[in-house]
Amino acid sequence: MAKIITVTSGKGGVGKTTTTAAIGAALARTGDSVVVVDFDVGLRNLDLIMGAERRVVYDFVNVIQGDARLPQALIRDKRVETLFLLPASQTRDKDALTEEGVDKVIGDLSRHFDWVICDSPAGIERGATLAMRHADIAIVVTNPEVSSVRDSDRIVGILDAKTLKAERGETVDKRLLLTRYDPIRAARGDMLKTEDVLEILSLPLLGIVPESHDVLRASNFGVPVSIHDPESAPARAYVDAARRLKGETVAMEIPGKPRLGFFGKFLRRAA
Amino acid sequence: MTLWKKWFSSASSAPQARERLQILLSHERQVVGGDDLLASLREDILAAVAKRVPCDRDTVKVRLERGAPLSILEIEVEIRGNVELVLNQAA
Repeated sequence: MAKIITVTSGKGGVGKTTTTAAIGAALARTGDSVVVVDFDVGLRNLDLIMGAERRVVYDFVNVIQGDARLPQALIRDKRVETLFLLPASQTRDKDALTEEGVDKVIGDLSRHFDWVICDSPAGIERGATLAMRHADIAIVVTNPEVSSVRDSDRIVGILDAKTLKAERGETVDKRLLLTRYDPIRAARGDMLKTEDVLEILSLPLLGIVPESHDVLRASNFGVPVSIHDPESAPARAYVDAARRLKGETVAMEIPGKPRLGFFGKFLRRAA
Repeated sequence: MTLWKKWFSSASSAPQARERLQILLSHERQVVGGDDLLASLREDILAAVAKRVPCDRDTVKVRLERGAPLSILEIEVEIRGNVELVLNQAA
């Protein structure tokens, strides 16, 4: 049986889809079989971030409505062969995802994969609650910024109330992933520090992903940032987070030490 | 002077963010299940009103405005037509 992860945040634009693709690719690179599932019906984007937008034939809603079989809708990644995508549909009908349909698809996926990663839509509506319904682990993606932290707090409350685990009296394993973190601004006192966010939300930390141009670059190419340039700071942060999800103990690195400019490099070489 | 001020004495903003969040969230967490409270209130009110006057589920609005010295519970029930004030014990 697969571990089911839901990537959620409440607020939009904090990096849920980037995180789903990056963690999915990083886990698949270790040889595990992974499927990433886009729950954002009407506004699908995971296909684009994964570079599979031209290969979408059938989608999640087609499978639920019986117009396609699950294997027909799954798209195998071209770079990592144990990585699959189940795209969302572009239909405007918000009720296209039904509880029973989602239960069936997630049930089928979890019998065939090691990891099922659900990319939640923003907000706290039906799509978001359906995406978190089966979660064993919830990755709460948060930016070090007031509105994101508040929405994450709200999502944590919903995770404790509206998931199958909650209904069974268990709790979802919630982990905080701090994204778009700028250690220089945090050190200057102009951005919430990691400790601040951890203290306010009181969640265990899964990782810190620094603000970086590499994220946009990878998305331009349609490659998950964790495998686009493995040496980049966000790639390393996501690979470490994936290892932590697999139960490894990985020291928490504070990423993005100031990059040395030309003079810095020169001086360092000279020293 | 302004430049000097800007460069050297600008207070950092993160502590502000931290404090505001701590206050806000301690409030918001108290009404965790706040949605549930309002939903139950709505059901109770609907049941009480519907016993005497026909009304729809959608026409019962319950709002809670939370404030420091006091909070206001606002209830609005729309009833179709002119309500007769004579108690109508139809049942």
